[in-house]
Amino acid sequence: MNNLNPKIFAKDNSDIEQAPIRKGFGEGLLDAGEQDENVVGLCADLTESTQMHLFKEKFPHRFVEIGVAEQNLATVAAGMAAMGKVPFLSSYAMFSPGRNWEQIRTTICYNNANVKIVGSHAGVSVGPDGGSHQALEDLAIIRVLPRMTIISPCDAIEARKATIAAAKMKGPVYLRLAREKTPIITTEETAFEIGKAQIFYQPKTKAQVGIIATGALVYQAIQAAKQLDDQGFPAKVLNISTIKPLDEEAVINLAKESGAIITVEEHQITGGLGGAVAECLAKNYPVPMEFIGVKDKFGQSGKPSELIKHYGMDAESIIEAAQRLRNK
Amino acid sequence: MTLNDQTIWGLETKANEIRQSIIEMLLEAGSGHTAGPLGMADIFTALYFKLLRHDPKNPGWTDRDRIVLSNGHICPILYAAMAHAGYFPIEELKTLRKFGSRLQGHPHREWLPGLETSSGPLGSGLSQAVGMALADRIDSGPASNRYVYALLSDGELNAGNIWEGAMLAGKEKLHNLIAIIDRNNIQIDGFTEDIMPLENLRARWESWNWHVQEIDGHNFSEIVAAVEQAKAIFEKPSVIIAHTIPGKGVKEFERDFHWHGKTPNKEEAKMALNELRTLGGKIKSEHE
Repeated sequence: MNNLNPKIFAKDNSDIEQAPIRKGFGEGLLDAGEQDENVVGLCADLTESTQMHLFKEKFPHRFVEIGVAEQNLATVAAGMAAMGKVPFLSSYAMFSPGRNWEQIRTTICYNNANVKIVGSHAGVSVGPDGGSHQALEDLAIIRVLPRMTIISPCDAIEARKATIAAAKMKGPVYLRLAREKTPIITTEETAFEIGKAQIFYQPKTKAQVGIIATGALVYQAIQAAKQLDDQGFPAKVLNISTIKPLDEEAVINLAKESGAIITVEEHQITGGLGGAVAECLAKNYPVPMEFIGVKDKFGQSGKPSELIKHYGMDAESIIEAAQRLRNK
Repeated sequence: MTLNDQTIWGLETKANEIRQSIIEMLLEAGSGHTAGPLGMADIFTALYFKLLRHDPKNPGWTDRDRIVLSNGHICPILYAAMAHAGYFPIEELKTLRKFGSRLQGHPHREWLPGLETSSGPLGSGLSQAVGMALADRIDSGPASNRYVYALLSDGELNAGNIWEGAMLAGKEKLHNLIAIIDRNNIQIDGFTEDIMPLENLRARWESWNWHVQEIDGHNFSEIVAAVEQAKAIFEKPSVIIAHTIPGKGVKEFERDFHWHGKTPNKEEAKMALNELRTLGGKIKSEHE
């Protein structure tokens, strides 16, 4: 289906290839930089962490080290965009857009500057660094900004394609990345288009629940759907890589077909993907919903897998949410 | 460069006309800021009528110098200088702050050709100018002769974003960047040194590797000479601390921080225009 990695559908896929989503960004930026000499990189003292070092090594004088100054990161990028550059700025999502929201609003969105904001290390899967570094609110604060496109890739390959596509489109983009190695779901052949959602799991029979997922948790959603299929409760999985603008047609069609929706994201359950889907369905085709995400809490230290389980975002939690919908 | 008397007289006359436009547009708008625009009238006149490389009929000209107004609330002076320079009809100044006007209450780049950025929230202009100067250096190399002017207020130097930009510009030795600070010593809540002391301002900028000059911001010879000197400095960005009198040109408004964020009423505007037209009573005219 959709030229996905066949291993994703295997009964036992414990040997599936893994790579950090942020790595795909680093490679994509290098590609984008080769294709367009106006692409420039700016980083706030996290060049290797955010994988911008590949671009920096290849294009040293198209790279600006800003230091630990995220407000400057956003505003310097806005100035470069005013001169025709295509700036990519990177930091941890907690700091950018966490610390520089007003600068992003005024000097990038209000100004309609062609700036790409890359927030890495989003979600609890940052792990041992703890709650201070686990951005769970970034989608909410960015989603309310007019003109902003939001992309949250599900794996390293999709992140590379998303980076290249972001460089080609005109206007502000927020690209959300995760730190940890996560399973490779897509392949080189999987189609990618900004604004287009895709079915990543098709059950054997007509879906009775639709799972709408974004980011690395798309893998958990597919695992859950496989098990639900075996339990005789067919679930269809929709990968939303572009959270804004939302592919409303795909969301509404899935609600019509399945009659019940679960959203899955490594973010607070308010304001992010769940909020976007609920807003869309409340207006167009209301169905019972469950929200998988962090429930108005901060994160903490731990192994990524421990935290995903603790905050109720693993495949097991998705299956439980499906059962709740089934019993409604 | 030394200016001859005729040039100075020409600039002073132009600044006076621009100040009259400011009073007229603020009266019509009924809200906005008075002290800052009047205080910066001489510097904007020097920029738009003497110093800038620009073409009002071709605001998108790639090789133009860039003006980044960081403290967007003094935009009446930006708009008035632009209108007098020929960017748009002077008559349009009276639409300031009105629905549908290209002259938004704080400048918005997309509404009016010739604006380089949008501003309002303080403290973000210097960094945008730094970004423009960096992009220019990537495109033009170290020999670039396009200049980016960042116009800052002293009050907004309270903001950390300004110092982040100052550090980066000093590190990158951006010779094509010239910051001009409106050192008028007032901000909304009172005098700057009471609200949040900025002195020793010169030392602060020097410590970030900037070339610093201090001038009388109402003396055209000093304004022009300072910008020429800034252009001659190759190893550092330049900052010009322009000491100005808030409300300059209308005695009743001068040095009073209450005029920061309010506009003249009909009587006050009439008095102000009369004072400007008669050069403080020195000229007898029909306005008396």
